[in-house]
Amino acid sequence: MAQSGHEFIERNVAWLIVLCILVVSVGGLVEIVPLFFQKSTTQPVTGVKPYEPVRLVGRDIYLREGCYNCHSQMIRPFRAETERYGHYSVAGEFVYDHPFQWGSKRTGPDLARVGGRYSDDWHRIHLLNPRDVVPESNMPAYRWLDRPVGGVDVRARMRALKLAGVPYSDQDIEAAPKALEGVTELDALVAYLQGLGTAIKTVR
Amino acid sequence: MADFENGFWSIYIAVITVVSIVACAVLLKMNSKRPGAVELGEHVWDESLREWNNPLPRWWSGLFYITLVFAVVYLVVYPGLGAFQGQFGWSSKVQYEAEMDKAKAEYGPIFTRYQGQDVKLVAADPEARAMGERLFLTYCAQCHGADARGAKGFPNLTDQDWLYGGAPDHVKASIAEGRNGVMPPMAHLGAEGAKDVAHYVRSLSGLTADNARVARGKDMFQANCAACHGPDGKGNIAIGAPNLTDKVWLYGSAEATIIEGVMKGRNNKMPAHKEFLGDDKVHLLAAYVYGLSMSQSAAK
Repeated sequence: MAQSGHEFIERNVAWLIVLCILVVSVGGLVEIVPLFFQKSTTQPVTGVKPYEPVRLVGRDIYLREGCYNCHSQMIRPFRAETERYGHYSVAGEFVYDHPFQWGSKRTGPDLARVGGRYSDDWHRIHLLNPRDVVPESNMPAYRWLDRPVGGVDVRARMRALKLAGVPYSDQDIEAAPKALEGVTELDALVAYLQGLGTAIKTVR
Repeated sequence: MADFENGFWSIYIAVITVVSIVACAVLLKMNSKRPGAVELGEHVWDESLREWNNPLPRWWSGLFYITLVFAVVYLVVYPGLGAFQGQFGWSSKVQYEAEMDKAKAEYGPIFTRYQGQDVKLVAADPEARAMGERLFLTYCAQCHGADARGAKGFPNLTDQDWLYGGAPDHVKASIAEGRNGVMPPMAHLGAEGAKDVAHYVRSLSGLTADNARVARGKDMFQANCAACHGPDGKGNIAIGAPNLTDKVWLYGSAEATIIEGVMKGRNNKMPAHKEFLGDDKVHLLAAYVYGLSMSQSAAK
């Protein structure tokens, strides 16, 4: 009896592996690879700049404290979202985010355009104890943030991001630690939050 | 949105997608052959076990064919084949704009009607107040509180005291343009001087204060504070300098709190909302906020 097609594949492990990889990779080849060659996903929106050292450190604190577990940074193109948060998010706003903080969980509100919505003082009070300004809030208090940023090799961070395509110059990287002198974690995180989504300002 | 760097990527996507669908169909066809008698596989396990080489069950391959048909219909109707936008030009942006246009047609006239009215008139309208309350809870409650009574450093909007004035135009300007009240630090007064001034300020609104300190603090107040707070301490709504003679305290009336303010200064910012909310909503919110303190005075 002649060997059937699938019998051949089942008996030749190398072919099985090669064909499996081929089949599994089709989705990525079609849906992911072209995004690296598309202007709307690779070019920054006008006004979006690489994170300055203070905001970069603030962003790392955002990651460290797990803010993304409860806050998304992605306004979807629905009226219910744009009325509350502002213009829907576009890919070009996130080209310097490695990794992006879109998230998928909204225990708290979306933060994609929180920049400028509240005063710096509000953010400080709110981060240290949210109940001081929003009594009904169930966000944890981050009381320990009012301390100097320490133990951060911001140059290494920036060099790593440069490898990922963020256009930091050598001078930027060289001068970075100076910008962090006297900065608290609270300062850095507030600076990061105040910059979020400010490149697009149109009324919805 | 397909804005590839060159035309290659559109073709690349389309070709792989079409080839995949055809390949699935071919594979399915190959495995659905019913050759008459079912063959027995040649491999033998455990002395006597052998495997029937059955074709795929009809119901199963039928479902698979349906997914292929769905894929083809989808690619004709919706964007997916490279830069092809689909038969009806659907995109999430078009759908969003249609949703916004529909809402504008429905709610726009209501906003327009109120925008044409005087703030005081709008403030008295029950429907406008209901709308204003919803807007307030969405955009303002984070700082001013769900009850609009504020918090330390965030003004109470239900009382009669206004940092920047309570006339409709003042309220509207505060919301639209934002406010930034800056009290410079007066550290040169020294710890004792600041304490004297604090006692004088407390005496202005009838709080307990040390008489000797009040006397010393008065001179210092005239020299350092009167430029903004006024010689009588009644404040200045043009720059948001608080009236120090009333019972309303933005940060608190405790001696230590006042000294902190004197020594370190205060910087209080209300963000501008015109760009974000648009004139129509600012108008309704101004009326709502204006009405808050009106209803309070009426209740009194």
